[in-house]
Amino acid sequence: MSTLYTRRTVLRGMSLLSLGLLAGCDDSSKLSFKYGKDLSDKIMGRTFKLKDADGETRMLTSYRGMMPMIFFGFTQCPAVCPTTLARAAQAKKLMGRDGEKLQVIFITLDPERDTPQMLDKYVKSFDPTFEALHGTLEETAATAKEFGVFFEKVPNGDSYTLSHTATSYVFDSRGNLRLGLSASLTAQECAEDLLTVMEVC
Amino acid sequence: MTAPSFQRIKQLALGLSLIGLGFQASAQTEVHDAWVRATVAGQPSTGAFMTVQADSDSTLLSVQSPAAKTVQVHQMSMKDDVMKMGMVESVALPAGKPVTFDPHGYHVMLIDLTAQVKEGDKVPLTLTVKNAKGEQETIEVQAEARALGTMDHSKMH
Repeated sequence: MSTLYTRRTVLRGMSLLSLGLLAGCDDSSKLSFKYGKDLSDKIMGRTFKLKDADGETRMLTSYRGMMPMIFFGFTQCPAVCPTTLARAAQAKKLMGRDGEKLQVIFITLDPERDTPQMLDKYVKSFDPTFEALHGTLEETAATAKEFGVFFEKVPNGDSYTLSHTATSYVFDSRGNLRLGLSASLTAQECAEDLLTVMEVC
Repeated sequence: MTAPSFQRIKQLALGLSLIGLGFQASAQTEVHDAWVRATVAGQPSTGAFMTVQADSDSTLLSVQSPAAKTVQVHQMSMKDDVMKMGMVESVALPAGKPVTFDPHGYHVMLIDLTAQVKEGDKVPLTLTVKNAKGEQETIEVQAEARALGTMDHSKMH
C-alpha cells in the first residue's frame, strides 16, 4: 500500500515535471533564437542591487512578472547607447500588447557624471516606461562583472569616454536569464527573439 | 607687335579660367543630411551626424560649432559586441565617395554643450576641409536637432 502511494507520488511528480518542460519554464531548457544568443545556461546578473531615480533599491526580483531587458551605457555616449535605446523602444512597439511586459532597464556605467535625474529624463525620452538604475562606482563595477560586461574609461583630452559591452540582456518573467541581443541587430530582429522568450515563460 | 600682346591676353584668359576652375574645385565639398541628437537638460555632450562628399581627394581637418566648447571627430568601432570610441585627427574624403558620419562609425562629438539642444534647433557646424592641392575650404552647415530617440536611417530597414 505504502509502496503504491510512493509510486503514485513519483508519477505525479514526474507528470508535473514534464508539464513544466512542455511549458519551457524549466530553468535550464535551451531556447533557439533566430538572431540573438541563448543565455539560458548562464548564471549572470542575479544579485545586482542598484537605485532608481527616486533612490529606491531595485533588484532583479523587483521586476518579477515582467520581462526585463538590461543594457549598460552612459549618457555621454553619442552612438551605440541612444541607438540601442531607440531600438528597444521600437521593438517594444513592434511587439504590440506583448510589449507591455518588456521592462527596459538602462544601467549607467558612468555614475560620476550621470546624475539620477538627468539619467531618468534621458531614458524616459525614448519611452516613458524605461527605467534607469545607478550605483556607486563599486556597485557599478560589481554589477558589470556579474553580467560579464566589460567597461573601461578612455582618457580624452581633460575628460574621458567609455568603452563598454553593448549587449542587451533579457530575462524571462521568472527571472531566468535567456537572451543576449547584440548591438548589430535591428528592432524587428530583436522583437522576434523577445517574443520567443515570452512564448516559453 | 600686336601678335605677342594678343598671345598675352590669351595666356591671361587661360590663367583666369584656371583660377576660376580652382575656385570651383575647392568649393566642391558637399554636406548632406546633417543632424544633431537632441539632449535632455544637464546632458553635457551629444553627437552630430551627416554625409560628406568631396569631388577631389580631400581630408576633413576639423569641425567647429558655437554650440559646444569642444568639438572632436570620433570613430566608433565594435568588436565582440564591445563598443570603443576614440578621437581621430582627420578623416579621408576620397573623391566622389560619400563618407557617412553616423552612429556606427565616424561621428562628430559636441562636448561641453553651451546649452541644451532641443528638437528642431538649428546647430551651426563649420567643417574645414583640405583638398589634394593643399587648399583649405570651410563649409557652413545648419544641422537640425532631431529627437533623442531618433533611429538612424541605416537601421530603419
